[in-house]
Amino acid sequence: MTSEKENGENAMESALSSVANSAAQSRRTPGTQAMGVGLEARGIHAWFGDKHVLDDISLDFWSGTVTALIGPSGCGKSTFIRTLNRMHEFIPTAAMAGEVLLDGKDIYAPGVDVTKIRLKVGMVFQKPNPFPSMTIAENVLAGLKLAQIKVDNKDELLEECLERAGLWNEVKDRLDAYGGSLSGGQQQRLCIARSLAVRPQVLLMDEPCSALDPGSTLKIEETISQLSSSMTIIIVTHNMQQAARVSDYTAFFLSDGGPGSMIEVGPTGEIFGRPKDKRTENYVTGRFG
Amino acid sequence: MSTTPLAVKPQKPWQATPRQRVTSAVVYLSSVFLTVAIVALTPLAGKLAYFFLFFAVLIVVDFIVHYIRLGSAAAKDSIVRTLVAAGITVALLPIISILLTVFNRGRRGIHWGLFTHDMKINSVNDPITQGGLLHALTGTAIVVLIALIISLPIGLLTAVYLTEIKGRFTRPIKFLVQAMSGVPSIVAGLFILSAVVYPLTKSLNGFVGSLSLVILMIPTIARTAEEVLLLIPGDLREAGVALGGTQWRTVAMVVVPAARSGLMTAVILGIARVAGETAPIILLTGGGDAVNLNPFSGPMGSLPFYIWKSFAVGTEESITRAWAAILVLLVIVFFLFITARVLGERKRK
Amino acid sequence: MTSEQDSGVDTTKLAAKALPAKRELTTKPRFSDKVFRAVVTSGGLSSLAILGLILIFLSYQGYSVLRSQGFGFITRSEWVVVTDELGNIDYSQTHFGIAAMLIGTLLCSALAVVIALPIAVLSALFLTFYAPPSIKKIMVAVIDLMAAFPSVLFGLWGLFVLMPSAEYWAKLLHKYLGWIPIFDMKAPVFTRSPFIAGVVLAIMIIPIITSISREIFAQTPLDRIQAAYALGATRWAMIRTVVIPYGRSGVVGGAMLGLGRAMGETVAVYTVLNIVYQINWQMLLGAGGNVASLILLKFGEAGPGEVKALMAAGLVLFLLTLLVNTTANLIVKGTGGKGR
Repeated sequence: MTSEKENGENAMESALSSVANSAAQSRRTPGTQAMGVGLEARGIHAWFGDKHVLDDISLDFWSGTVTALIGPSGCGKSTFIRTLNRMHEFIPTAAMAGEVLLDGKDIYAPGVDVTKIRLKVGMVFQKPNPFPSMTIAENVLAGLKLAQIKVDNKDELLEECLERAGLWNEVKDRLDAYGGSLSGGQQQRLCIARSLAVRPQVLLMDEPCSALDPGSTLKIEETISQLSSSMTIIIVTHNMQQAARVSDYTAFFLSDGGPGSMIEVGPTGEIFGRPKDKRTENYVTGRFG
Repeated sequence: MSTTPLAVKPQKPWQATPRQRVTSAVVYLSSVFLTVAIVALTPLAGKLAYFFLFFAVLIVVDFIVHYIRLGSAAAKDSIVRTLVAAGITVALLPIISILLTVFNRGRRGIHWGLFTHDMKINSVNDPITQGGLLHALTGTAIVVLIALIISLPIGLLTAVYLTEIKGRFTRPIKFLVQAMSGVPSIVAGLFILSAVVYPLTKSLNGFVGSLSLVILMIPTIARTAEEVLLLIPGDLREAGVALGGTQWRTVAMVVVPAARSGLMTAVILGIARVAGETAPIILLTGGGDAVNLNPFSGPMGSLPFYIWKSFAVGTEESITRAWAAILVLLVIVFFLFITARVLGERKRK
Repeated sequence: MTSEQDSGVDTTKLAAKALPAKRELTTKPRFSDKVFRAVVTSGGLSSLAILGLILIFLSYQGYSVLRSQGFGFITRSEWVVVTDELGNIDYSQTHFGIAAMLIGTLLCSALAVVIALPIAVLSALFLTFYAPPSIKKIMVAVIDLMAAFPSVLFGLWGLFVLMPSAEYWAKLLHKYLGWIPIFDMKAPVFTRSPFIAGVVLAIMIIPIITSISREIFAQTPLDRIQAAYALGATRWAMIRTVVIPYGRSGVVGGAMLGLGRAMGETVAVYTVLNIVYQINWQMLLGAGGNVASLILLKFGEAGPGEVKALMAAGLVLFLLTLLVNTTANLIVKGTGGKGR
């Protein structure tokens, strides 16, 4: 087991930052991951109009782990995670097939209240999108207002969420400033804090760092590592080093012009170190294309 | 990848299930029932009572159903959904009522003679089968055509200035064009009276009527044309200049022709804007009863004037004439509008 | 060419020491382009010229009246024309004051906006966020078509079709809300009241406010909408937290544009309203007027002196609508770019 891991990390060489590496090592041992299956995708297909964009994806996401979805542009990664909290259906021509089980219950079952699903499965987007008309504090608590959730101690929750998102120390003196006054990286952590306030079980992150500079990216990655102990995190990323640094499992998606499908999934070390599929190997070693 | 036929079919699980459809049908039906019951049991009466009560009852019933099924957030959402539906219904009701009214009342006054006779030897009180709209139709056509001939170059130049030259006047001009579109039509009429009729012509005719319409038409043409020209991609301009064309030739030979059908839309919307304009026409054209093809001399009839005059007389025949003329005017506006839409749609593709 | 080569040599030699001088990049415009620019610019300035001319000519014509009446022209409400045997106006006894009509203008148009605004905003929300695409397209076309209806049509429809139902509402309002001064009335004359004129004007400006609001709502940044939905918002919660803060000022601007249109409306008001020259705040009472309808009413039988007074009234109306429209455009333009 140890040798396997080392092989994997040798292949990655300097790609792994030392910070995330130590954190990852402690959790990447088989046997400690399974706190239970939090979210299961069963045979997910997706269409936009007549275009079949996602072909038969089945994937389990374990509680307390980070799963990275990697693959070239247009392979359906983003579409896939948007099916996991029912954001997919906002595109008028969208259709899907399959089941997504949250705690064993299909989130697409008739009569399910979609707003409650989105409370349990939060999402952080590519571009930081705090509400500009709200202050930092209001932004964090926006989810409570939107979903009409009552809490007893808002200040405590505010501090806790900002703390977990790694933003508390930077903004604690100016909680009344508007969200737009923060830097891009701070805004993205504010968006993470905003997602945390409604206490989701699962957090979906759609390329959360692609609009940020390397310093901010590192901060977000630290935040992800800290959050992963208490929730399920699924992150789409184009950055393979990032996938290697933050994730426990990695799934590789690919489209050959037709619908995107999942080529391979496994512990991150294996996917980067000893991929079973030639296409995965080409992609992770940069020989793709 | 596999090309075997798919075993799975695209589904839209977020759409209403049969059971939800039944639920909402029950909600609607019970609202209708309750509305009828309330109207029967209380002094409230009339179509409007039914209308407003139905939405009020629907809000309450829908709220209760959603509150029980999904909680208070969903219930509030259901209130707003009913409210916006009520809003659009209230906005559309007058249009439907107007169209039905014009059709029903105007139909009685429509006959072929309308398009071949004028009112030279008839009065508006004569039986409706006598006399016609010929003078009004030719008058409106002439007045609007002259207005178009004057407004089109000015409106187009304004649009070209705003999109192609972008000089230091761009912002103020944009602003002024908007301000101009808010000039009340009666003020346009007074202006032509004070600036043209009193000092110069000293008589009312079709041409001065056209001049007042020019003021109302320029902003419509300029703003629509500006939007159309903005849609022309910048690389087309660069291509023209890169081929050695001067800016003038590029605009005249490349940009404007590329926007041709969109500019037609601007012209048509400009015509639709002024064709039914009444106030300045009453002040300026003199409103003759005979066909007059000379815009520079003598009173000139027009559809709005004819409608106005017939209505003012107030007898049964004359009011029927007014409605018939409105029907003709509305058909013209409708036709222009549809043409503009079709051209606009084609442009966007 | 030579200068270019020279500078090329210079830069390699002196790369570390000094930057080469910047070259002028202006092209000397060709003659044809100069003419083109001049023509287009003068065409573009025509709107300035026309607005300026309106101001000058109406002021010129109305000057004598404005001077003799002073501020009384807009603060008093008497319209008494006394002429001598020759038809000249006797200014010592003649009074022109348009206060009654100005108040009528404000009353009718404010009522129109009060009625139209909620309906238009709800309609715009429906069209932007609720309507299925196919229905939306038809409804948008129908509402835009309504904006192109001639105003004489609204007037006749208002008089013949709307009047009976509007009278019924007016009676209801009077019966149940009569204790509010504006719904009170001296005599039970419910037809042809400012209330009914306001309703007709409201119907005329609903399409205007709806299409402006719809355009602004449609510009709401998608990422904010998605963020709200991803936090478990219902559609209404999303609209309240994202769309309304974003579009609020634009909707206010749209309402003001509608107000400007309602203020300048002539024929529809003239047709529907029983024009009586008195200050009337009781909107249910069948008497009132607005500046534009006054001009149309008095113009027919006006002698040269009175026409000057009407020109002055036109000037006041022009300035009033210009002010409202300018404010509205500033507000609408201010939206969109900034976040809140």
